[in-house]
Amino acid sequence: MLRFLVVRTLTGLFVLWVISVAVFVLFFVAPSNVAHTLAGRQATPETIALINHRLGLDRPLWRQYLDFLTNALHGDLGYDYYHQQPVTTIIGQAFPITFSLAIGAAIIWLVLGVYNGVVSATHPRSLRDRSLTVTSLVFYSMPSFVLGLGALYFLYYKLTLSGHTWFPAGGYAPLSEGIGPWTRHLILPWLTIALVSAATYTRLSRASMLDVLGEDYIRTAEAKGLGQRRVTYRHALRSALTPVVTQFGIDLGQLVGGVVITEQIFSLPGLGKTAVNAITQQDLPVIIGIVLVASTAVVLANILVDLCYAFLDPRVRLT
Amino acid sequence: MTIRVREAPDRRVEPPAPDVVGRGPWELAWRRLRADKVAMGSLVVIVLMVLVAVFAPVFAHVTGHPPNMQYHREGLTPDGLPRPPNSTFVLGTDDLGRDILVRIAYGARISLGVGVLATMLTVVVGVVLGLLAGFLRGVVDLVIARLIDVVLSIPFLLVAIALVSVSGPGLTITILVIGMFSWASMARIVRGQVLFLREREFVEAARSLGASDLRIMFVDVLPNVLAPVIVYTTLLIPVVIIVQATLSFLGLGLPAPAADWGGMISEAQNYYTVAWWFVLFPSLALLITTIAFNLLGDGVRDAVDPRIGRLVRPR
Repeated sequence: MLRFLVVRTLTGLFVLWVISVAVFVLFFVAPSNVAHTLAGRQATPETIALINHRLGLDRPLWRQYLDFLTNALHGDLGYDYYHQQPVTTIIGQAFPITFSLAIGAAIIWLVLGVYNGVVSATHPRSLRDRSLTVTSLVFYSMPSFVLGLGALYFLYYKLTLSGHTWFPAGGYAPLSEGIGPWTRHLILPWLTIALVSAATYTRLSRASMLDVLGEDYIRTAEAKGLGQRRVTYRHALRSALTPVVTQFGIDLGQLVGGVVITEQIFSLPGLGKTAVNAITQQDLPVIIGIVLVASTAVVLANILVDLCYAFLDPRVRLT
Repeated sequence: MTIRVREAPDRRVEPPAPDVVGRGPWELAWRRLRADKVAMGSLVVIVLMVLVAVFAPVFAHVTGHPPNMQYHREGLTPDGLPRPPNSTFVLGTDDLGRDILVRIAYGARISLGVGVLATMLTVVVGVVLGLLAGFLRGVVDLVIARLIDVVLSIPFLLVAIALVSVSGPGLTITILVIGMFSWASMARIVRGQVLFLREREFVEAARSLGASDLRIMFVDVLPNVLAPVIVYTTLLIPVVIIVQATLSFLGLGLPAPAADWGGMISEAQNYYTVAWWFVLFPSLALLITTIAFNLLGDGVRDAVDPRIGRLVRPR
């Protein structure tokens, strides 16, 4: 167990290091006009050189990277080019928003997806199964921006027109303003992410449940006289969850960097929107910081997934 | 394992049995697929969509509206807003007074083209790397397996946006970026299969006949991993189409006047309250295409491996 954690953490750090190098090189080889943007139209070459010098952009690439790495290991991700704010502060402000978005959506899609999958699998070929299968296929095929715009049109615009101002058009209310405003601002973004993702889980858990329900030990459990509900949820679901957990780990990890679209549509100033803004401004420190945070999320999620395997299936040994 | 008791042989004279035809697994799969009405229906939809893409100029010719032509007088209301569907503009106009129908037809070229090309790139890279890693093992496997880990840990969308914005939007970069990040899952699937296949007797037989590693990999092992590869490929196309549309939606698709579904939806998002058709029709085109590909993918999976997903609990 300890060995497993150590090995996985080291591999994770290696992965993060590779990613940091890749992003660094990527933006260094790209023609940078940060100094031009900062200096404005009328800038003399001297001014631009001075700005480049101030930002440390005139030093050789390896020197810049080494400094970045040393600082990063001390928990300092540098300062953004435009307002000289520490990147850690920027990420610190955006992270809670993305986190609220991700956690809420993940809970909704997991519950909704797995429950629908189980219902489908325990009543195969019934009307309920068929309609759930079709519905999840439609949502599965739907790009999140289409769903997001649809949600805005019907649940914000049409509802507000008809005098029910239930949901705002976008923006974020921190949890400190109370749980009501927080939920109201997040519910449409949550649904947008959750409905698209829940579909995958319905398909996945349906297939997995069908496999498991055909196993001998399920027949044994039924033969012992256990109730249907107990067999389904205690015996079958537990082992049917393994592929679901894998997928959940991957999705949850990817979510931190993957909520770009939803944050954009609902104007939530989370990590995704911050990153897109930084990318358009070529604000390298911010981009690297966010990419690293997002990758860390993926790496952590993968380790958690492997831990969950051991919990769900005692045969799995962590080595 | 169930043992069935055979019924007592029937004494009546049976009509002569039809000749037994030996059918290969691929022919059997194709027969199963052809019997699948939903899959065949979606195949028809896909073919129609391909025809729309191929004959996009015909749409422009028949309506008389080139895809990038802006009709400021007929195509816009006096207030400068898009016009709803009417006899001239069947699906309405966009914010610049362009014909949405014609633009959707041209957009199909981008979506399907990128979808197919990027998927092909993904499949080739994934299969080759997966084969190499699984078959050669050792250092090669170690490097490729780590590479797979790295790629799967990258927050795809963020890095894709970064890459495209750095290099400037375009078709080639979109295809490359999608290929660069999607091969890993394919490689992982192939690698797993090959690790198992390489220990089988037919590989040993080929080797004892003097076949080289390369020959064994591509002639003997590859056909045996084609089934999961084909299934994964069909299911990958709609994902790639969505990713491409998403990049366009974020303004990283083709440069401005080009018609492309994601880009059209992005232009439409500021008008969704006043011009529903502007958002609806490109979205529908996109949705119909992805649904059709997903349905076909499900059908292909059922046909290639009839066991998966068809298990019905015996009761």
